[in-house]
Amino acid sequence: MDLTFLIASVAKIILLTFMVILPMVAYSVVAERRLSAIIQDRVGPNRVGIPATLFGAKKDWHIFGMGGLLQPMADGIKFLLKEDFTPAHVKKFYYWIAPALTMVPALLTCAVLPFGSELNFSFFGLEQPIKAVIADLSVGPLYTFAIASLGVYGIVLAGWSSNSKYPFLGGVRSSSQMISYELSLGLAIVPVLMIYGNLNLSEMAQYQDQNGWLLLPLWGKISIGKLLLTIPMAISFVIFTVAMFAETNRLPFDLPECETELVAGYHTEYSSMKFALFFLGEYAAMIIGSGLAVTLFLGGWSIPFAPALGLDYKPGATPLWLGLLHIGTFFGKVIGFILFFIVIRWSLPRFRYDQLMKLGWFVMFEVALLNVILTAGIMWACNALGWL
Amino acid sequence: MPAPLFYLLAFITLGFGLLVVLARNPVASALSLVMCFSGLAALFVTLDAYLIGTIQVLVYAGAVMVLFLFIIMLLDIKEEEKKGQRLTAVVGGMILAAVLTLQLTSMAGSFPLAKTKLDDKPLDISAASTAAKDKNHPLHSMQMIRKDLDAGKLPDTALMGQTLFDQYPLHLQMMGLLLLVGTVGVVVLSRRDTAKEESKGA
Repeated sequence: MDLTFLIASVAKIILLTFMVILPMVAYSVVAERRLSAIIQDRVGPNRVGIPATLFGAKKDWHIFGMGGLLQPMADGIKFLLKEDFTPAHVKKFYYWIAPALTMVPALLTCAVLPFGSELNFSFFGLEQPIKAVIADLSVGPLYTFAIASLGVYGIVLAGWSSNSKYPFLGGVRSSSQMISYELSLGLAIVPVLMIYGNLNLSEMAQYQDQNGWLLLPLWGKISIGKLLLTIPMAISFVIFTVAMFAETNRLPFDLPECETELVAGYHTEYSSMKFALFFLGEYAAMIIGSGLAVTLFLGGWSIPFAPALGLDYKPGATPLWLGLLHIGTFFGKVIGFILFFIVIRWSLPRFRYDQLMKLGWFVMFEVALLNVILTAGIMWACNALGWL
Repeated sequence: MPAPLFYLLAFITLGFGLLVVLARNPVASALSLVMCFSGLAALFVTLDAYLIGTIQVLVYAGAVMVLFLFIIMLLDIKEEEKKGQRLTAVVGGMILAAVLTLQLTSMAGSFPLAKTKLDDKPLDISAASTAAKDKNHPLHSMQMIRKDLDAGKLPDTALMGQTLFDQYPLHLQMMGLLLLVGTVGVVVLSRRDTAKEESKGA
């Protein structure tokens, strides 16, 4: 293990987790509030800017002339300064550890996401370009699922340790919901893995860069087989996305914390920064889920029609500006996906709990299973006919 | 793998394993078991078995133990905490553990690799790649595995699939059948219960 690798890894961890994902969490909250305001014909938070009036100026400074862009700073300060109250009836140890157990797994999963192709620092004297992924594991999506499945503990323990009725119901609901939807989530990507033939997320993105995205195979080697396979892929994509909504406890599946029945669900007894950690964990899980969906189905960092435009990735010979453009493309797609998450939240009503379970076990699970068989059939037939 | 890392992970695994038995609070026991599984997964990863390590976390720590915790949380924990250790249970558990250890050590000694001393050095993938070029090698016809080996990457997922489906297909199917029977049995049992209650209520 050489020094360059070590420094590059630490730099990637710090840059991706703390300088990109966490600010993205903060700004998706702003986007959520502003978008919901537009949908509900309100104004939304539009006041917070740099408080120049404190120093005698006539008006606050607004970045880009848009109000409310510093709202996350104000929220963060509020969370930190509020009283951190621990109710007397809770089980202290588990009550304290639960918020961290939600937050940490959500951030850990970003380790395998390829957020760009590679960065060529040859002008720094580095011979090898640096891969834009923290850990290039050969079990990418499985690692993400494994770590994400540990996130349930935070919610379950928060519900149980709060030692009161509504949080407990929220915890029980979330554990059964997340376990049920993990099945369809895992089964939905089986057809995808059958097409890629490996479990490495970087190689998946690279394959899509050369051969067209899974849902848009219009460049590289175009064949009837690849176009036919978009049908099961679209089914997979829908199942994956719906299961992702359930896994991240977002509306229309936010039963563990639904206000109309459970006050605030598992985090009813939490205040201040501990509550903020749950909040951060939920949004971080959403961002990384979007990243995974983008990487699996929508080409990851690849630019549409890249080989035709000359913007495709060539291992070892990608200039720095193209590497940065790939990173930009990836985050552009992720932001688009997050906006989709937000719009869904504010346009669909919440499911009833038994409907949610029925949907998971009686519809999604079966469709995902049949989809595996359909994909295998199409792949077999196309192989036999030479269409692939 | 560096030796200190092994000792640290082994300590975590065994220490939390001990806590599973010793903790009086069932939730603490269950969470210790989760930590024990995580330590075990880390040990697998240090042996370059990424897939098994990940599956260990995904299946045991992430799914099975959540269900355990789910049931435990519905119990009355104060009642459980009051109960002391029973002598018969302690002695029985110790005897069982001793028998299992004896069995494992006698089994492990009979493996051909038992006599080799393991060195702290990375896997020699290029040696495996040259070995697979031989026509009689079981991996000779496996194009994907050989491509990865030639590129200097360890195709651990593909290798495990090859072992499972090539060498032990019957065992694998029997396990699958067993799990299926278990699942169907659980569904049948739980359904019968609700039907009885309904008829009682009527």
